[in-house]
Amino acid sequence: MTFPKGKLIAIMGLSGCGKTTLLRHIGGALTPTKGYVKVDGQIIHELDQAGLYAMRRKMGMLFQFGALFTDMSVYDNVAFQMREHTDLPEELIHDLVLMKLHAVGLRGTHNLMPSELSGGMARRVALARTVALDPMLIMYDEPFAGLDPISLTVVGDLIRRLNDALGATSVVVTHDVQESLKIVDYVYFMANGVIVEEGTPDEIRNSQKDWVRQFVHGEIEGPVPFHYPGGDYRQDLNLKVKS
Amino acid sequence: MAIVSALRGIGRRTVDTVWRIGLATRFFGLILFHSGNSFRRFHLIIKELFSTGVMSLIIIVVAGLFVGMVLGLQGYETLKRYGSESALGVMVALGLVRELGPVVAALLFASRAGSAMTAEIGLMKATEQVSAMEMMAVNPIARIVAPRFWAGVISMPLLAALFSAMGVFGGYFVGVVQIGVDEGSFWSQMQAAVDFKHDVMNGVLKSFVFGTVVTIIALFEGYDAPPTAEGVSGATTRTVVTSSLAILMLDFILTAMMFGGS
Repeated sequence: MTFPKGKLIAIMGLSGCGKTTLLRHIGGALTPTKGYVKVDGQIIHELDQAGLYAMRRKMGMLFQFGALFTDMSVYDNVAFQMREHTDLPEELIHDLVLMKLHAVGLRGTHNLMPSELSGGMARRVALARTVALDPMLIMYDEPFAGLDPISLTVVGDLIRRLNDALGATSVVVTHDVQESLKIVDYVYFMANGVIVEEGTPDEIRNSQKDWVRQFVHGEIEGPVPFHYPGGDYRQDLNLKVKS
Repeated sequence: MAIVSALRGIGRRTVDTVWRIGLATRFFGLILFHSGNSFRRFHLIIKELFSTGVMSLIIIVVAGLFVGMVLGLQGYETLKRYGSESALGVMVALGLVRELGPVVAALLFASRAGSAMTAEIGLMKATEQVSAMEMMAVNPIARIVAPRFWAGVISMPLLAALFSAMGVFGGYFVGVVQIGVDEGSFWSQMQAAVDFKHDVMNGVLKSFVFGTVVTIIALFEGYDAPPTAEGVSGATTRTVVTSSLAILMLDFILTAMMFGGS
């Protein structure tokens, strides 16, 4: 897989096919048994702890349900990385935090605690926190999961606009075919840990591969079976076949 | 066959326990290694001192008062038989400062603050807050764990001292105010018999050791908890059970070392 600078790439596939594992490899949370991940010219698993942390400062990751720090206010959540990694004066941090929150439309929530936010708002605050230090690579783990249709469109639009505004590279791991195909530049489709299809959103929509067609159109019949493999049904029900 | 299976079970549990002790020791080492940041940014420790120390004040004050009152009642009944009611102050003070203060305060601390620490860190893991911190290039041991550890170590001796002080006041209330033991002998005998270095400082040392052990157990269990509701609940239970047993076991060892031959 290649993620060119400035592009928004989606990684799609069924649950358990290895999408989140791939993100964890990019972030250096896992070490590959084979192959490598290269970011900004550096092979991630060869970096020492200091090198990995330096690399992570150039990355941002939006977790599935936001992963906001529940003991901190919205303001402190967004200011967290600025306070941890920079020596910026508090006045400047204040302005930057409000600008980041304004970018996601939630400047008015800076005094609220995460428990006071709706799912969609929490995701947008987490997005503001993710881009707090203007990362060059932004990773999104299921950013659309559990959102209502309006929040879903808002978050999708924000992902696209932030990527373009920051000139960053974004990788979106998602199940949400329709929303993600609207915003991304390129799609990798994974099944059983390997890439089975790749292309632009139009190419994915028109793909004739069984896996992709079943997934994109949400069909019941296809290579992904409805039933989890099990033993003989009649035997499980203790039924005897009449001779 | 049943014996083999039982032996295998015992062996597995022993190996697991040794592993966990090893992991907890390594975890303790990591906390010490990453503690510099906590002291450079002392406000992080102060914030945790509030939730571990200040929030435990009510239970410590009330429990200390009642334990002291019971000591006053029981002590008076026993001492009266030997005509030594005037030694009530000594008995209450020594019992509290040497033993009950550090031990009962530590047991309460484990139940109140230790379980809260475990649940908080376990839930932070379950909701990916710890992973988020790692992805932000912030070491969770330095940012989350170390400040809580030092807050626990600092607050435990202070809570134990407060427990003992409230206990002495409870003993005074029952013995002097309610029963009528002579106030002068209550205080003067206490002052004469309680040695600051031998009694008070050894009690402080005990509470420091208990605070360290309880906080390490609580933090380790939280950090090591499986990120599920069942995992966090199991870890919280283990914190209280393991801490309580560790306190009582260590109390015997420390008491034998401090007062065994005297």
